[in-house]
Amino acid sequence: MSDDYRDNKIETKSADSSSGSYVPSADTIPAQEIPDQELYHAKSFWTKWVFCQDAKVIGVQYALTATAIGFIGLILSWGMRLQLGFPETFSFLGPATYYQSVTMHGMIMVIYLLTALFLGGFGNYLIPLMVGARDMVFPYVNMVSFWMFLVAVLVLIASFFVPGGPTGAGWTLYPPQAILPGTPGSEMGIVLMLVSLSLFVIGFTMGGLNYVITILQSRTRGMTLMRMPLTIWGIFTATVLALLAFPALFVACIMMTLDNLLGTSFFMPEIFTMGEKLDYAGGSPILFQHLFWFFGHPEVYIVALPAFGIVSDLISVHARKNVFGYRMMVWAIVIIGALSFIVWAHHMYVSGMNPWFGFFFATTTLIIAVPTAIKVYNWVLTLWRGNIHLTIPMLFSLGFIVTFVNGGITGLFLGNVIIDVPLSDTYFVVAHFHMVMGIAPLMVVFGAIYHWYPLITGRHLNQTLGKIHFWVTFVGAYAIYFPMHYLGFIGVPRRYFEMYDSPYMTSGVGLNQFITVAALVVGFTQILFLYNIFTSWYKGEKSERNPWKANSLEWHTPDYPPTHGNFGKELPVVYRWPYDFSVPGSDKEYIPQHVSPSEVPAAKAEQT
Amino acid sequence: MSQFDLSKLPQGSKGFMHDWASDQRAFKGVPWGKAMMWIFLLSDTFIFSCFLIALMTARASTTVDWPYPSEVFGLTVFGTSVPLLLIAIMTFVLITSSGTMAIAVKYGYEKNRKLCGWFLLATAIGGLTFVGMQAFEWSKLIFHDGVRPWGNPFGAEQFGAFFFMVTGFHGTHVSIGVIFLFIFSRKVFRGDFDTGRRGYFTSMKSDYEAIEILGLYWHFVDLVWVFIFAFFYLW
Repeated sequence: MSDDYRDNKIETKSADSSSGSYVPSADTIPAQEIPDQELYHAKSFWTKWVFCQDAKVIGVQYALTATAIGFIGLILSWGMRLQLGFPETFSFLGPATYYQSVTMHGMIMVIYLLTALFLGGFGNYLIPLMVGARDMVFPYVNMVSFWMFLVAVLVLIASFFVPGGPTGAGWTLYPPQAILPGTPGSEMGIVLMLVSLSLFVIGFTMGGLNYVITILQSRTRGMTLMRMPLTIWGIFTATVLALLAFPALFVACIMMTLDNLLGTSFFMPEIFTMGEKLDYAGGSPILFQHLFWFFGHPEVYIVALPAFGIVSDLISVHARKNVFGYRMMVWAIVIIGALSFIVWAHHMYVSGMNPWFGFFFATTTLIIAVPTAIKVYNWVLTLWRGNIHLTIPMLFSLGFIVTFVNGGITGLFLGNVIIDVPLSDTYFVVAHFHMVMGIAPLMVVFGAIYHWYPLITGRHLNQTLGKIHFWVTFVGAYAIYFPMHYLGFIGVPRRYFEMYDSPYMTSGVGLNQFITVAALVVGFTQILFLYNIFTSWYKGEKSERNPWKANSLEWHTPDYPPTHGNFGKELPVVYRWPYDFSVPGSDKEYIPQHVSPSEVPAAKAEQT
Repeated sequence: MSQFDLSKLPQGSKGFMHDWASDQRAFKGVPWGKAMMWIFLLSDTFIFSCFLIALMTARASTTVDWPYPSEVFGLTVFGTSVPLLLIAIMTFVLITSSGTMAIAVKYGYEKNRKLCGWFLLATAIGGLTFVGMQAFEWSKLIFHDGVRPWGNPFGAEQFGAFFFMVTGFHGTHVSIGVIFLFIFSRKVFRGDFDTGRRGYFTSMKSDYEAIEILGLYWHFVDLVWVFIFAFFYLW
């Protein structure tokens, strides 16, 4: 980890070799390039807490909105599980409502919960603090971004109340069925869904430009890219992916809206229904699939990369050890991000394509396993001989590694054309993507909330409730999704309202009931978690400053919790990476990023 | 920013490595707004690319004949039909407005308030002319030739659908640009960038760099038009 830094190496002299005391010179850290950012200072309650331009408040607004809509997604999943587990007992869900639940559950969880929470929530809160900026570079645009997101969520919710209800086309919204009668919500539901997605993309672009430019152009003195916490690397790369992938979704949404409202035939082939020819002709449904998955596959990594980054930091802090192979981790994130743009058609193996294309996309898909495996090894090696504190963030991080490996390996199955074809559209696929991009990132979300909650509120979450939350969620997630792999192997198709007495359901009935019970238990535990969050806000145990003894800048602000402007009068100056734990030779257990070499003369720190 | 001297930085590939390995800024000397506009334009490029690739897919896979553009987009002037006449004028106007925009940016950096404002106004009027001619073109196609998004008398029905969608989306970009050009020419004439008058919404000061950022957007919109022109009218 040695590199030249503006031609002035930061000399870190060890105790035995230093003849005199180390004199820090002014040129060790370059002068400030950027004039100090002017901030908008709110004067009223409305501009301070509602139409707020402070990225920290916007982050919390994003997180709360995403959580609220996420709970609607959770409740929808209960309805589906009750129907699947006990089809005779619970008949309140008709086939149409079932499809609508499936669709809304999927879209809410992927876009409105995970994407918004990781990038809008954690991104807004952590980026300025971690890179040492006063705020995002365009606070006003950042504020508009949140309100755009809120409108998108409200439009989505409105679709529950229009005639015909929300769309039931499946979260992939494949045409032609999405906009034809027979699919629930083909009247207004699909239109509102497409409008909501378009608004989300516009809102996200406003926020995303802020995240990218803040990281690239507004770091504090001494904060090089290779000294940023991996959390920032994950969020940064995911934001770049989102800025390049969401356009495809946006275009697909516009074209399908026009197909629906104006009667164009972008995605609509010649169709006969009830013996009558419709007015559509000549369009290509496959074109939609390409556009959708050109967005859809990077979307997986838009959710996963921030999780990768955050979990690296959690593991490092709670195991009191530096991240193993920091540079490798950074490059793995970037390479995964780049590769994610050339694998999209592995979602379309059964749509029909030239076999050589299948070969190409299978190859690129499997290549992604290499940087991903590097990351998993590095997490394990970070833990190896570390001083592992089994705090709740650490428990969730360990849970993440296990679930992610599990979901990743089933991904290798599905990446192969020949194995994917029989497994396609079965519960194996459902189990795979819930493990890899549902449970695994959510584990990180939970770990991150337990980790940063003291920073945001100044109080700890209740530890007992937290432990219950972890164990029930972790064991419960396996109870839900492990049997689903088996259901997939015996051929149970996904998205079916009821299996009736299909031959493969002999062993499937009991399993489905078991999964449903587990899903209800796990779901109720999330309500316990919500209770914990709200009660601990004013009743939780007070946290001392920097309770986890972390090195990154967000824990070392003059005010705790950090206030508007983040860093008081002077921005911090950064001398090292955020992973100087248990540095050999130093009597300090951890060395924060802003501690200069002269303050810890004995530390044999690596040059970063 | 006074103590920061750009000319002392290493050049070429060494400079690239230096800048990305340095602290504070990866793009040295680039203001936030300008960097943001470049990244936004990259994102917008993906939007237009998706539109145009979708167009190419439709055109390559159509089973019905694609209309012959030089006939559809021809105008009859004094009894002779001239192919692509209107489009040629529209393209000329838009490209010219790019020229006036560049001059406005130049006068902006020279802090020549009057000339900067006038050239911004000229650019805005150029853009407005373009949108006006586009409205004429649309109404001719719709009311005279009977082209509709869901069908047309010339051939494949995707032709009308893509035409209205892509030129409409581009026209929206131009219209947004025109609105901002008018706003900014007013701001320049009023001297906002000289006196440091604060923005109505953001309550932040701004300077003539804003003109260059607006210019980036305007040139981008023109460049996109060149591609639309090539793919729709010449292909």
